[in-house]
Amino acid sequence: MLIYDLVVIGGGPAGLAAAYEAWQNGVKSILIVERDKELGGILNQCIHNGFGLHYFKEQLTGPEYAGRFIHMLRETGVEVKLDTMVLQVTPDRQVHAVNATDGYLVIQAEAIVLAMGCRERTRGAISIPGDRPSGVFTAGTAQRYVNMEGYMVGRRIVILGSGDIGLIMARRMTLEGAQVLACIELMPYSGGLTRNIVQCLDDFNIPLYLSHTITRIEGEGRVERVVVSKVDNKRLPIPGSEMVFDCDTVLLSVGLIPENELSKEAGVHLDPRTNGPMVFENMETSVPGIFACGNVVHVHDLVDFVTGEAERAGRNAANYIRKISCAEEDEPEIQVIRGSHVTYTVPQKLRTGNIGKTLDIFFRVDNTYEDVTVKVMSGSKELHSRKRRYVVPGEMERLTVPKERLLSAEENAITVLIE
Amino acid sequence: MKEVVCVVCPMGCRLQVDEDNDYAVTGNSCPRGATYGKAEVTNPTRVLTSTVRVRGGLYPRLPVKTRSEVPKAKLMEVMSIINEVEVAAPVKMGEVVVSDVCGTGVDIVATRDM
Repeated sequence: MLIYDLVVIGGGPAGLAAAYEAWQNGVKSILIVERDKELGGILNQCIHNGFGLHYFKEQLTGPEYAGRFIHMLRETGVEVKLDTMVLQVTPDRQVHAVNATDGYLVIQAEAIVLAMGCRERTRGAISIPGDRPSGVFTAGTAQRYVNMEGYMVGRRIVILGSGDIGLIMARRMTLEGAQVLACIELMPYSGGLTRNIVQCLDDFNIPLYLSHTITRIEGEGRVERVVVSKVDNKRLPIPGSEMVFDCDTVLLSVGLIPENELSKEAGVHLDPRTNGPMVFENMETSVPGIFACGNVVHVHDLVDFVTGEAERAGRNAANYIRKISCAEEDEPEIQVIRGSHVTYTVPQKLRTGNIGKTLDIFFRVDNTYEDVTVKVMSGSKELHSRKRRYVVPGEMERLTVPKERLLSAEENAITVLIE
Repeated sequence: MKEVVCVVCPMGCRLQVDEDNDYAVTGNSCPRGATYGKAEVTNPTRVLTSTVRVRGGLYPRLPVKTRSEVPKAKLMEVMSIINEVEVAAPVKMGEVVVSDVCGTGVDIVATRDM
């Protein structure tokens, strides 16, 4: 059996930052386990720029952002196992993994950081009727084929979903000589950043159909056409509104799901709202010594925020290993409840002893609102409030709350709400 | 009058840019919007990212970018140059792959080690 102080599962942006930060905080026995053949995770296929504006204060491409952390990590003694698949994590912090050189590995860790990221929703998850031809890809899979493996996935393309990955792929396929016929969005608004609508669709005259969806995929062997219908305000297709697009490829950008099979087996409680582990203020899960960060906890819009969260996880895992904890053993947990128009919060529970001067609460809202107040309430008491000019579901919100306000919480619960 | 959606921040202000009046911008909520609106109408530019063929690397494609912004109108012309390039590993992040692409004065550089 191998023994490490810290095992980080996943070598993407979250895992890299967590491992680096733990090293900087005095943990000198760290292993990153990564299933791909190199570090960097999804950033390696995100060759477009726009990463790092918050963290590095400059615009980087995905590989450049990953490269900076990989270079920083090389200066440390953090060990890495590539091409290694983790099969199981146990509640007593044993990691079972397998690779072609070591065979079956059992690794005992003092602490674990879960950083497995997320995966894409597929055609099966949204049940599009029709034939089952080839040529239907998730946008991220197509991105990897085109940007890394060097395969062109199609020539005449329809994209379902206007999240950022779908928009980025619309531009990418156009630049590579394909014709992107349309981007189809079920909702009455795009889930992507305005910047991407302008620079990925408008720049190339790609039409965006809001309140539309693909109601049928047809083709023998390969996609030949899709039927697109307008939807009503209950998101149901309107008969008679059908349009037909002759295409050979459909790209799906219809959402991401945190990848938590390992977390479940480790006994980590999941939040049904985020589909990720419920976490405390220090990114510790419900299992002591198992921490989590990045898209495995909740799907982020910007890698910069993943890095910030991973640094907190790495730092607190280091504190756990070095037995530095400020929370009292029997300190009561404060529940963070989501109030009106708030769809989830991270963290979901707090122990005030672990909080420094302030605590950042991350959350998303259920619709677009202008001139609202974000409030933290406890019972009928308002603990904290901040005005927001503009909130949208596509952008994660952050509220910084001073610790002393949290100390006056009643009945061990606070509610975050929008008014 | 040209209408431009501002992409400087998430608000997405709808800007009107008056070409006949020294590109005066209205509809903006901040000075950054005025600067963006004028530039977007007079000389829209973009950083272009793509990939080139690489021999002997971990993958067959090497990601690249224009080191700074190039005129939007030249994106497809730059792509046609990128499509002809082939490099050999090892390549370092930041290494110049094409210099002064299409007379823009901007280099195309690798965005990762390979």
